[in-house]
Amino acid sequence: MQDSTHSKPAWKRRLLGLALSTGLGFSGMAGAAEVNTTGLAVTDDTVQVGILHSITGTMAISETGSVEAEKLAIEQINAAGGVLGRQIEIIQEDGASDWPTFAEKARKLLVQDNVAAVFGCWTSASRKAVLPVFEKENGMLYYPTFYEGLEQSKNVIYTGQEATQQILAGLDWIAKEKDAKTFYLVGSDYIWPRTSNKIARKHIETVLGGTVVGEEYYPLGNTNFGSLINKIRLKKPDVVYSSIVGGSNVAWWKQLKAAGITADRQTIMTISVTEDEVLGIGGENMEGFYSSMKYFQSLDNENNVEFVKAFKERWGDDSVIGDVTQAAYLGPWLWKAAVEKAGSFDVDAVAAASAEIELTTAPEGYVKVHENHHLWSKLRVGQWQADGQAKVVYESDLIEPNPFPEGYQ
Amino acid sequence: MGGYTSQELTAIFVMQGFSGLSLFCVFLLMALGLAIIFGQMGVINMAHGEFLTLGAYITWMVSKLATETWPWMQDFYFPLAVVLAFAGTFVLGYLVEMLLIRRLYSRPLDTLLATWGLGLILQQIYRSTFGPREVSVVMPDWLMGSWAPTDIIDIPLNGLFVMGITSLMTLLVVILLYRSRWGIKVRATTQNRAMANAAGINTQRVDRFTFALGCGIAGVAGAAFTTIASTGPTTGGLYIVDTFLVVVFGGAASLLGTVVSAFGIAQSQSILEFFLSGSMAKVITLLTVVGILMFRPQGLFASKVRR
Repeated sequence: MQDSTHSKPAWKRRLLGLALSTGLGFSGMAGAAEVNTTGLAVTDDTVQVGILHSITGTMAISETGSVEAEKLAIEQINAAGGVLGRQIEIIQEDGASDWPTFAEKARKLLVQDNVAAVFGCWTSASRKAVLPVFEKENGMLYYPTFYEGLEQSKNVIYTGQEATQQILAGLDWIAKEKDAKTFYLVGSDYIWPRTSNKIARKHIETVLGGTVVGEEYYPLGNTNFGSLINKIRLKKPDVVYSSIVGGSNVAWWKQLKAAGITADRQTIMTISVTEDEVLGIGGENMEGFYSSMKYFQSLDNENNVEFVKAFKERWGDDSVIGDVTQAAYLGPWLWKAAVEKAGSFDVDAVAAASAEIELTTAPEGYVKVHENHHLWSKLRVGQWQADGQAKVVYESDLIEPNPFPEGYQ
Repeated sequence: MGGYTSQELTAIFVMQGFSGLSLFCVFLLMALGLAIIFGQMGVINMAHGEFLTLGAYITWMVSKLATETWPWMQDFYFPLAVVLAFAGTFVLGYLVEMLLIRRLYSRPLDTLLATWGLGLILQQIYRSTFGPREVSVVMPDWLMGSWAPTDIIDIPLNGLFVMGITSLMTLLVVILLYRSRWGIKVRATTQNRAMANAAGINTQRVDRFTFALGCGIAGVAGAAFTTIASTGPTTGGLYIVDTFLVVVFGGAASLLGTVVSAFGIAQSQSILEFFLSGSMAKVITLLTVVGILMFRPQGLFASKVRR
């Protein structure tokens, strides 16, 4: 246990004491010792947090938006008076798209910098790498990406959707809307697409009464989908369900278009394309296909209009906002709400206070933290337009997060 | 494959054949530059993928210029972009040879490291200059969609385009190697460097031109691949493993070997993909290549070179 005011130079402490005794202190505000009993980097007017994403390497492409969103949220919180009256200071570290580096930087942020919370990680691999560090050092991580589920930790708040939230309602909708009976599942070959498709297959076979006519995985970075496209042509599924990611994603959609497979000939729904990806794929190649996400930049509500405006003002008119970017934006706000509810920066207190926290100002509308540390959220189906924006064609009710779905594993 | 008409099966056969061919062209176009550099200089250019990326970014810049500044150019900019991509990567290759490769000639392992490092530096330069997000080249209309000779056959236009460029580049390299003075010098240098030097060939200049040409071809590949796949700082990495595989399997220093190996790998990959799944196809292809290389470590076609 270490009281952070003790680390201040003596004259500063004396000055502070003078200010307090002369009535110039912040009346009604708790001192650093009171809101921080575990030696976090909290002073009477600042609190330090970490941002841990890949700025370099292959993942920089995806994680940039999250960094921008987190910084924007923190700047807005600071402008509105900070957290418990303290301005947030950011310590940013680069995970460099390398999982051991993520773990090392996480340890640095928690042990050396004593940050009160960390906003970061993107891939499941990086989250799995830092999770033991956060649990051992008792840190707080806000993780923005939609992911495969099957995880829950006191030390992590998952601001993106877990797999069942993202998959089930979307499948229900497309099965009804397109009267779909046959599905073809395709994905990149790693844990997220495989787990997601496992859930999708179960749902299609047991709930929707349909059949899966093909399930296939291609190595990450694969750029040739000619054979797959021919197979799809041969099997003629009602719906192609895609979770192909990264550079492969662009190749996949471009080659579909080039092979003459357009939205009027084949229904395709994807869980791996947000506005960020469409930027690289080109709206003209995505036109008419569906994405199943909780957030689209085109959402028409007051919170979102304001968020999009602020984001563009801060990061440029060209910037686009995808699902994960919005989820990353929620992180600092949820943390602020939890800290203020707990009246303390202590990780145990924040973790305990997190359940049931509501955010009515979220760009996606309304979210609430479940006691399993995932968010209640809606599922939307967006249909892509040539300009790279999605038209929301379906919106579900709030869906309870269920990271360990029974019967789907 | 029950339940399909013979017409449908023929259509699939044709399209599947085409998809194998277009994979072959991608492999060949990528491997061509690497092969002539490796064959002639014994330098393994680990930054080959980044030269490709540069070509892709040049294409993207031209496309941006064409669509935003001079809209009338939109239908015609692509050939211009290919030429500029070649020029840009050629010049960069020339400089790299002069400043870096030349100093490491007798140290093949060090060139490996140096070009690997160069690749990382280039990647980060792209990331800082163009941003980490992937960019999309706006295609001219004549490159989009498919050509449908019958109702059920669709041949992708971008595949045809890549095929055309690959044939053109291969033809050019063959002519240069076997029908030009430079080609004679290159072949002389490859066969016996000391002797070629003694005969008055400036092998250093030959090397420099060869390296630049190899990089230039990578740039053209980058331009061509914008039509089928992504353009981002790490795009080159998507192709580089397959490319090395093709070059090593074909036998270094053999152009014919490169062509045959690209064809073999592409076709088996494509056919296996059709009957198995993508990942399994890759595994089997790799295992086969490894198996064959165990018995023929010099690759399919080894040219007789005196060391």
